[in-house]
This record gives sequence, C-alpha cells and structure tokens, in this order.
Amino acid sequence: MRRITTIIAALGLASLAGSVDAADTIEQRAVQCFACHGENGQSEMENTPSLGGQQAPYALIQLFMFREKLRTFEPMNEMTKSFTDDDLQKFSDFLSKLPKPQPPADAGDPARMQRGLALARANRCNSCHNPDFSGKENVPRLANQREDYLNKTLSEYKDNTRHGYDGTMADVMGSVTKEQIPDLAYYISHYR
Amino acid sequence: MRISSSAPRSLLLAGAFIGVLSYGAAAQTASPPAAAPAAAPALPPGSPLIGRPDSEAAAKLAPVAAPPIAAAPDKLPMDKLKVPAGFHLEVYAAGMPNAREMALGDKGTVFVGSRTVDKVYAIINKDGKREVKVIASGLYRPNGVAFKNGTLYIAELSKVSKIENIEDHLDNPPKPTVIYDNLPKDEAHGWKFIAVGPDNKLYVPVGQPGNNVLHDKDHGQIRRINLDGTGAEVIALGVRNTVGFDWNPLTKQLYFTDNGRDWLSEDVPNDKLNRLTKVGEDFGAPYCYQGNIPDPEFGWGHSCSEFTPPVGLMGPHAAALGMRFYTGKMFPASFKDQPIIARHGSWNRTHKFGGDVVVAHLNKDGTVKNIEPIVTGFLQDNKYVGRPVDVMQLKDGSMLISDDWNGAVYRLSHGKSKVAAQ
Repeated sequence: MRRITTIIAALGLASLAGSVDAADTIEQRAVQCFACHGENGQSEMENTPSLGGQQAPYALIQLFMFREKLRTFEPMNEMTKSFTDDDLQKFSDFLSKLPKPQPPADAGDPARMQRGLALARANRCNSCHNPDFSGKENVPRLANQREDYLNKTLSEYKDNTRHGYDGTMADVMGSVTKEQIPDLAYYISHYR
Repeated sequence: MRISSSAPRSLLLAGAFIGVLSYGAAAQTASPPAAAPAAAPALPPGSPLIGRPDSEAAAKLAPVAAPPIAAAPDKLPMDKLKVPAGFHLEVYAAGMPNAREMALGDKGTVFVGSRTVDKVYAIINKDGKREVKVIASGLYRPNGVAFKNGTLYIAELSKVSKIENIEDHLDNPPKPTVIYDNLPKDEAHGWKFIAVGPDNKLYVPVGQPGNNVLHDKDHGQIRRINLDGTGAEVIALGVRNTVGFDWNPLTKQLYFTDNGRDWLSEDVPNDKLNRLTKVGEDFGAPYCYQGNIPDPEFGWGHSCSEFTPPVGLMGPHAAALGMRFYTGKMFPASFKDQPIIARHGSWNRTHKFGGDVVVAHLNKDGTVKNIEPIVTGFLQDNKYVGRPVDVMQLKDGSMLISDDWNGAVYRLSHGKSKVAAQ
C-alpha cells in the first residue's frame, strides 16, 4: 500500500512537472515514466523495475498488456489506457535505448551469489535470457534489475498471479521453490 | 521441400541415431556447474528447457513470441508470400491481434480465437463489406472456436463455453456460458484447438504439461464431450500436443497434427500427422516420437511398436498446427479430400523450418504420399514475417489462413474467382 501511495504521489508530481500532451516529444512524455522508474529508467523506487536497456520487443509486449489489462497494475493500466499502438512502439524503442542498469557497488555475498548461480544454471535461465542476462527480443533483460522487483516478479510467476504473454515463465517456475527465489533474485541483481 | 512418409525412413533413423549420439556427447563434454550444490533442483516438469543440451548454439534458441500489435493491412507481407501458378492470395481481414483458430458460422461469419490476448473476433459480412468485431473478451487464452447448429463454442485454457444463436447477436453478444471445465490448468500446451466431429461431439485436447514429461491420466490426450458438456470420454492417448484436427470425409476417421518434443536434436523428431482408427489408441508420447524414435529418457522399457505410428511426418519442430480436409471444388482435383495443414514454423532449430501451408497428398490406404507446399514465404532469412496457424474452407471452396504474427486472415483461391464474394 505504501508503494502505491508513493507512486500516486510521484505521478502527481510528474503531472505537475510536465504536461502529458501527446504532441510533446517522447523525452518530454517520458518524464512521467521516470517519476517512478527513475531518471533515465534507473529505478530507485521500491518494487519498481529499471527500464533502461530493456529489450524493445519485450517492453512493447508489456506496455500492450498493461493497456489491454492483460497485466494488472493500476498505475500502469491507467498510464497506458489512451496509448495508441504507435505510442506503445515509440516508448518501447525509447526505453531500449536508455542506458542499462549498472551492477551495485558491492560484489555481493559470495555464498548467496554461488547459490544463485547454481539455481540459474539448473533452471537454464541463460538459455532464453542469455548467459549475461541481457535478454533477447521478447525475452527481457534481467541483469542488475532491482532485487525486490525480481523477487516480486518471480513470486508472481510462481503462483501464476502474473500471467505471462505466453506460459513459459509459469512453467519454468514450477519447481523453483519459494525459498529459492530470494537467492535467484539476489544473484541476478548483483550479476557482473 | 517434399517429405515422403516411407522412403527416407532409414535416413530419418540414421539422423535420429546421430542426433542422439551428438546429444550425448554434448552432455558429456559440458563442464559441470562450478558451484552446483547437491540439492540443485531438476528442471520443472513443464519447462520447455527440459533436455536442452548445454551448448552455445542451443543457448541461442528461445520460443519466439508474436508481436502484440496486429499489422496494418498495408504492412502485411503479401509481396513475400508465394503461391503456385493458378492460385491467388489476398487479405481477407486484418487487425485481429494474435488470430488463431477459425470457425465458420452458418450465415458466413468467420469466428477467430486468440492465445496471447483475451478476445474472440468475428469477421462479419455486412452490406457488401467485411468488418471485424470483438464478440468476447476477458477470456483466458481463448485459442479454440467451433460452430455447430447456430452455437459458437469457445475453448479457453481450462474451460469450454458456448454462445447460442451467436449470429443473431453479433452486435450485442451475451457472455459465453461454461459447459465444461473439468480440465487441467497448466500453461504448457494448455491452449486448445476444438472441433465438432461427425458424431456431433466436441473434441477437446489436453496436451502434455511440458516439453517431455511423464504425464498423468488427465494429460496427453484427446477427449470428446457431448455438446452440453456431459459425457466426457478420452479417445486418444500419448498425444503430446495437437493444435489441429479434422475428419477424413471418405472414411470419417479423425486425423490430427501432433507436435514432437524439443531439444532432442535439430532434425528429429518430426511433427506427426496421426490417424485414429479406434477409440483409445496410444500415439506414443512421451515414450516414442515420430513412430520410430524411442525417447532417450522415457523410452527405456518400451518399444515404438507398442504405439500407433503416424500416417505422415510433418518436419522437425515444424509446429504443424491447423489442419482441415479440402472438400471444395475450386482447387485442382488433386486437392480433393486431402488434408491442408498450416505449419506455424520452428523455434527450436538453428535454421528455422516450416512457416508455410501445405497439402498432404494421401495414398489409397490413408497414409501420406507426399507433402506439397502451397503458401510459402512466411519465413524470410530465418526470421518470421508471418506465421500460419489455421486453415478453414469457405463455402465457395476457397481457403482462409489465419496468421497470429500479423493478426490477419488471408484467403487462398484458385482460378478466376480471385476476389472473395462480399
């Protein structure tokens, strides 16, 4: 709940700071995104993903799903509801060109990193997400994504409260236990 | 590209043998994970990665997802799609994101399901114009549609519902009423193709819940139910995933496409065209693939001879999906009573295969003699510009083809009647 309040407050600020006129440039319109997703898409907000360097086809799918309410998160459903197909395309291309998130300064706890690495290998995350977790096409970049967001997302795929575009992640998470998710998220967020 | 079902069997076997050998070699040479703890989990039962060799080339392959937005009519790849001389391909309707299975209403309405979105569309002929309408939304992977006696049947991931007298309510359709939901909820191979058989029953498949898994009694099968949802009966076993079937107009036997497993090798197993000759036949999954390759993991203790072999092989990882027998008079005589099949195209192969619509010419005994492509070009430079999902004959003998990549339906015609009657 606190998160939603923060987001709504941030949205309010964003709409004060910049107009949402469709005639604005994509950079002007993106100010609203950055209010929650951080300057240049480097998120500093709890449970909110960094967007910089995201694969454009993946970003397009997610924006589309928010607009169509196939993925439910009220602030994003609200934000995208009047987007045209062209808007969706422009935003996803724009996000993909922002800088990718950087690894955190600390290298991470070696024991947790090892456990995470083993899990990533055993579940073959690297097959679709690439060995460096940069993603490809419809498969998202994960490297150095916020740990809390990875935790949340993996948990949602696990209990199928987040429906993927296709069913791949629901299947993959079938035998990853709830207890393993934190190590996986820790490892991917600290990947370098 | 021609695939004969009999001649190259030895070649295919040889290919399988080499495939299995190299698969084993890859597994042996792969370095063990540096820090794998003893409790490293096995892959989940549904994972498409089960059996994936740990090689760099294999790591480049991932399931391909269709763009979410339907292509504008003028952006459809019509200049790239090729048909044989005498045939003609045109856009029938566009703007239907993720167009999948099709069904034809008595009054000429074409119903179209979807998988990655929540909608069922209707292509309506009205005042000399075709118009696309969403007639149901908020559904979960409503891939399957079938039409019988005025009623539209819709198959979501784990339930089947109906809308009666749908063609009288296209402007304001009522919500679908669920008739059957005693179905597993697995995402893997959970989406459904459905059809009403000559026995007036609705055929509903349940795929295996993963790439290569030992499934339970509720999966890996085709069921049929009465049109009110009662009387469910399993009629085919060992079915990995069928996304297309129809009944041979001459013999009334059920023919169905069945997709082979991933990650065994680049070239095998082939997808299959199967034929059900009696209720309860077992088609082999996960023990035997393409009729002659014992699965390296589950095949031990079994022989392929325990299972009903396919009547034809549809190509490696080809994703042979929608299939209907051609019963019209518009196409050349050689198409009469032959199955026409949409091959969606591979993802689990370095050089993609499929991405076409083919006719399988049958021998007198009902097995496949050869496979002849009729619409090609969906695959360009190893990338998709479209992906055919289903085929469906119109009353005039032309054939509609759905394309989930572009969210469009094309019409394939032959001879003089080049443009669809409005």
